[in-house]
Amino acid sequence: MRLSVSIQVEDFDVSHELAQLRANDAGVGAVCSFVGTVRARNEGSAVSSMELEHYPGMTEKSITAMMQEATKRFDINGARVVHRIGLLHPQDQIVLVAVTSAHRGTSFQACEFLMDYLKTQAPFWKKEVTPDGSRWVDARVSDDAALARWGITTSNR
Amino acid sequence: MKVTVRYFASIRETIGHGHEILETDAATVDALREELLARGAAYQEALSANRAVRMALNQAVCEGTALLQDNCEVAFFPPVTGG
Repeated sequence: MRLSVSIQVEDFDVSHELAQLRANDAGVGAVCSFVGTVRARNEGSAVSSMELEHYPGMTEKSITAMMQEATKRFDINGARVVHRIGLLHPQDQIVLVAVTSAHRGTSFQACEFLMDYLKTQAPFWKKEVTPDGSRWVDARVSDDAALARWGITTSNR
Repeated sequence: MKVTVRYFASIRETIGHGHEILETDAATVDALREELLARGAAYQEALSANRAVRMALNQAVCEGTALLQDNCEVAFFPPVTGG
């Protein structure tokens, strides 16, 4: 099973990441990926930049645990998570979640599961800069609801 | 016993530092939080019971009832907002 996570300041190349994830695995018939990017507007304000903070050590552990959970729930061949930290600007890539499997349904599902899990369980925090100053981004109720669909109840908020 | 305490995001900013090493007799994470609340206004603002504060013990999310051990690491942080 090919599972890996990187927390990094640098940008990532999606094509390269997907090629690596499915390299030398002829059992793969589907590759599904999600990329999250920085929006120029949030909660009604213009966002000029954001700073992403995380909890070194726990971040990697929590994402590894969620990938292991995904392998129990879905028949996947591999998964890859890349999450950036530090200073980011509108249109920058923030996160990549990619999954490979034999058939498409599995990788679509596992990719969404991993992303829903990451949103409410991985210790990252965003602080965005707006014309009114900088502010910490609030957690959303809808993110807890998204994870609840998978039978996992959490209280992130 | 010796406990490393870490703070993140808005809680780190309110308290004014990201980590500290404490000597404590607190048995649980909740008891440690109570001890910290007694340290003054910044701690009270950051860790007050009516704020959404999540906790981790040895880098895994935990409940307030989790038991501390010597040389453990406790973290207090707001709801997460990655992705």
